[in-house]
Amino acid sequence: MNQTFTFTDKAKRFCYILMGIGIVGLIWGYVSDGNAPEGMAGHYHHNRFWGNMLLNTFFFMGIGLAATFFLALQYAAEAGWATTVKRVIEAVTCYLPVGAGLMLLMLVLGALGVHHIYEWMDQDVYVEGSPVFDEGMLHKHGYLNLPFFFARTLAYVLVWSGFQRIFRKRSLEADLNGDNDHIIHFKNRKSAAIFLVFFGVTSSTSSWDWLMSIDVHWFSTMFGWYTFSGTWIGAIVTITLLVLWLRKNGYLEEVQESTIHDLGKWMFAVSFLWSYLWFMQFMLIWYTNLPEEVSYYFDRLHMYGYRWPMWIMFIINFTFPMIMLMSRDSKRNAGFLTIVGLCILFGHWMDLYVVVMPATVHEYWHIGLTEITIGLGFLGLFLFVVLSNLAKAPLMVKNHPYLDESKHLHT
Amino acid sequence: MSKVTLHGIYDDGDQLKNGAQKIVALGIRVKEVFSPFPIHGIDPVIGVERTRLAICSFIYGVTGASLATLMMWYMMISDWPTEVGGKPNFTYLMNIPAFIPITFESTVLCAAHGMAITFFLRSWILPGVSAKNPDPRTTDDKFLMLLEVDQADLSKVEAVLRETGASEVNRK
Repeated sequence: MNQTFTFTDKAKRFCYILMGIGIVGLIWGYVSDGNAPEGMAGHYHHNRFWGNMLLNTFFFMGIGLAATFFLALQYAAEAGWATTVKRVIEAVTCYLPVGAGLMLLMLVLGALGVHHIYEWMDQDVYVEGSPVFDEGMLHKHGYLNLPFFFARTLAYVLVWSGFQRIFRKRSLEADLNGDNDHIIHFKNRKSAAIFLVFFGVTSSTSSWDWLMSIDVHWFSTMFGWYTFSGTWIGAIVTITLLVLWLRKNGYLEEVQESTIHDLGKWMFAVSFLWSYLWFMQFMLIWYTNLPEEVSYYFDRLHMYGYRWPMWIMFIINFTFPMIMLMSRDSKRNAGFLTIVGLCILFGHWMDLYVVVMPATVHEYWHIGLTEITIGLGFLGLFLFVVLSNLAKAPLMVKNHPYLDESKHLHT
Repeated sequence: MSKVTLHGIYDDGDQLKNGAQKIVALGIRVKEVFSPFPIHGIDPVIGVERTRLAICSFIYGVTGASLATLMMWYMMISDWPTEVGGKPNFTYLMNIPAFIPITFESTVLCAAHGMAITFFLRSWILPGVSAKNPDPRTTDDKFLMLLEVDQADLSKVEAVLRETGASEVNRK
């Protein structure tokens, strides 16, 4: 039985090709995006390019972040079912420091004026009498100002990545140290509980800071959970797809059918969670019909023509998994899970597209080579980081107190 | 040839599962198992068929969704169009976001109640019905395997039961 994953040259080449396409896409996207659309001369700053950068940075960072949350959840709940796939979850979490670093870079570039996605980063909007003065934003100055913003951002990035490193380090330590497994286990449980409390607050605030503030006048109390549930389903799908792919290639033979079934249940359940939050945000705003709230959906559904991407993405993310994953047999079928998983992953990329693009390029959106190549480039980077970390440790944990339970999981 | 009813009583669920595997291997059907809590993996061993409760649940859910839709369409659109918060009320579709929570609630209500009632009726667990449990100790700490065995196989089966750890073997 193969106990350690080998990152084959073929797989590496695949990642390099994707990253190569991405780099070409970055350059070409930036250059081709130079001409301002009609009526936007002087106010157009390669927004399509930077919007895509933000979209992909956040999308893949979100997968790493939600995987860390998911791992912490298993520790805190002392769950036994996922122990056989714990290394796969850990490998996905390993993208978090990279993704969070890229996110930080994006924000620093914004503050330096390299891109203009965040209107409020130009602090003149708060200065009365300046040409860009925006009275509607005065009350947000206390929250959206550069020092406080970067203090928060640094705290998220450092604490999240710190916890990720701790979990990974302890997990590798536990493999070598047979006698202290329960000590490490309880340490993990404690850290996980602390992380979950921190994450509970910062998953919301980070989504306000990084995504909601591009629609700078708009606000929604559901937005944090909505964004978080979107990243969570992304993480679950990624973990499931990796497990299925590894099993297909002869690894992870000890993973039970029931574990795959449980992953399928998670896919089904979190799809519902996301749909619930997406719909509740929409319905409350639609019903109350307050001008400052409804502008978000008015832009998307009426002004800028995002109606079709929005409804198609909702069908892919809600109706499709609901129908496909309802029965027990489909949740145990690798082919079904793979197809549904890939669709959901694409659907959530589209979901984020509909969040980011209307706020950055307004009606001048277009899904073309820029979107595809930059997306593929980030996918290549993500896969490269995850697979190389997967190859660094044995695929099956040793000495975990719930390993035996997980090997005999039966539902 | 007359059949004898046998009760093999175990102290542990896993022992019972092991015993059931041996008995099924002899070609003898395990009629029923009684235990204080679910024994994981016993279903395929003793040949329990997949439950059809999920199909019922789907039908009840669709019924609930349809009833709610019919009710709201009749009340809010057809019989007495009511304007709430300036929302359009000419067609059902125009006002659908407002109707979705109720559709959802009704679906869940009908599916959950329908499933519970179906389960009680199918298992015949109703007020005043006497328990079918052959030995009340299986609601506490004992695991019971119910067999109907031909006279000829009796001693062989009893031996297997004892071998696999049955603490009591009772003929009824």
